[in-house]
Amino acid sequence: MSRCLADRSIDHVLLERGEVAHTWRTERWDSLRLLTPNWQSRLPGFGYQGNDPDGYRTLPEVVDFIAGYAKAIGAPVQTHTTVTAVRRTETGYLVRTDRGDWLCRTVVLASGACNIASFPAFADRVPRSIATLTSKEYRNPGQLADGGVLVVGASSSGTQIANEIHRSGRPVVLAVGEHIRAPRVYRGKDLEWWMDAAGVLDERYDAVDDIARARRVPSLQLAGTPDRSTLDLNALSGIGVRLAGRLAGITADGKAQFAGSLRNMCALADLKMGRLLDLVDEWAHANGLDDPTEPPLRLPPTLVEATPPLGLDLTSGEIKTIIWATGYRPDYSWLEVPVLDRKGMVCHDGGIVASPGVYLMGAVFMRRRKSTLIDGAGDDARELSAHLESYLAGPALRMRA
Amino acid sequence: MADTNKAVNNGVNVEALIAAREALSKAPQAAQFKWRAACEWKDGTHSHSTVEGFYGLGQEQAHKTTFKFDADHPEIFAAADKGATPVEYVLVGLASCLTAGIAAVAQYRNIQLRSVKATIEGDMDIQGILGIDSDIRNGFGGIKVTYDIDADAKREDIEALVAQSQKRSAVYDIVTNPTNVTVVVS
Repeated sequence: MSRCLADRSIDHVLLERGEVAHTWRTERWDSLRLLTPNWQSRLPGFGYQGNDPDGYRTLPEVVDFIAGYAKAIGAPVQTHTTVTAVRRTETGYLVRTDRGDWLCRTVVLASGACNIASFPAFADRVPRSIATLTSKEYRNPGQLADGGVLVVGASSSGTQIANEIHRSGRPVVLAVGEHIRAPRVYRGKDLEWWMDAAGVLDERYDAVDDIARARRVPSLQLAGTPDRSTLDLNALSGIGVRLAGRLAGITADGKAQFAGSLRNMCALADLKMGRLLDLVDEWAHANGLDDPTEPPLRLPPTLVEATPPLGLDLTSGEIKTIIWATGYRPDYSWLEVPVLDRKGMVCHDGGIVASPGVYLMGAVFMRRRKSTLIDGAGDDARELSAHLESYLAGPALRMRA
Repeated sequence: MADTNKAVNNGVNVEALIAAREALSKAPQAAQFKWRAACEWKDGTHSHSTVEGFYGLGQEQAHKTTFKFDADHPEIFAAADKGATPVEYVLVGLASCLTAGIAAVAQYRNIQLRSVKATIEGDMDIQGILGIDSDIRNGFGGIKVTYDIDADAKREDIEALVAQSQKRSAVYDIVTNPTNVTVVVS
């Protein structure tokens, strides 16, 4: 967005509470790799320069990439500046920080969708003898006591964390709710390549049947595996991870309860994957790609044991740690402009927030399916900066307090 | 998905459901429902239940007629078999809920159903309810539902109907997830 604003000669500043790429530096686990291939992080005027375009960046490489971009475009970043409040004024907005106030006519909210790790209300029933961490706090298996681990959530974070922890010699039970299954490589090409080429990632928010539902869909169960293997539930069962249904509750005497719906959760994920791959096959056929690529092949159905566990006694000592990989939500506690809905999410139309001159970046399916990807920022920024520019050029708005 | 030009009729008023969803998303208070039944003991394990009124859309509602149900235990339980067992009512509840869901989803997805039949079976080790072994639960060890569906759609689409029906089923949720139950003596 900064690059696009600069291109339009719009005076601006970026307020960052830490260093550039702060959350990549401080809020992700050590072994994380991006789940999109390296070639697929295309920022305005800046792309992948290295010699492994099909590989997946490690965390330090992501930090270098983003910090490198900020430097290359000379982004006017004020680091170590925490925003404490944003309010409307007569002529625009007041942005209060711990290093002074800013007055401006427009504000871009680029604090991301993953500030707070979510976990269920009954988390307070976890027995005191068990350590708990969210996916935001988890760094590596070395942090954890020896012994069993219950990982709650089987989307992108949960599956990667379960895989790493189980391989460290700590037996994992994985609680599986709604999830989206996908092969890493399909017909010889990266799934993200297909989704990009077939236009799935460019799908617009206003072209989707039920955008509210589409925005609540959990993250694809994809991981940036160096060997490009598919890290799905079958892969996890294959190394000995035990699958259970969604963690539905914890009783007062410390017994975890799993839903009896595991079989259907896996059936739904398999069916969704089938539909995505059918779409890919149709597109490949229509675009003459049937010959050069491998023929269509479907992954075997997700294996579910005959009677998955419905409970786990958390007081027995079998489980020493619980990892909550149950999603994230944004933190808008500092946003004092009345644009939040009853769920605490910003009301917006494709990133144009319901308060004149305010814009959003990086929200889930904000303007396109790729809006949360690094690769999606460019198109969103180009379009929103155009809107912002014409807003600034228009008659000055007087807003009532 | 089937040809949208063909008029699909599974008897489900999808337009009304969509309109209700739209209206209720703006007025969540109106979405608060209470379902009720009254049960009177007759003799032995035989009881008679009625369902007539419920609460929803902000006010008391009534069914067109009062529905009546007899429940009992079978003769091999040394009872009179004057009605289906309570656990069989649960199986009926689950099968009915899933079947209704299949019809609704099929209508929404423009799939013509010709016939939908379910058989449902719940395993039970009665040492649980007889208190013989405290490691054995009172309820079902597992439930299996088998659908035989004749519809104008590919197998995958039919499987998707059945999967989606479970996803949005009230009784499936009641049976697969914990629910708080409070029983008081007035």
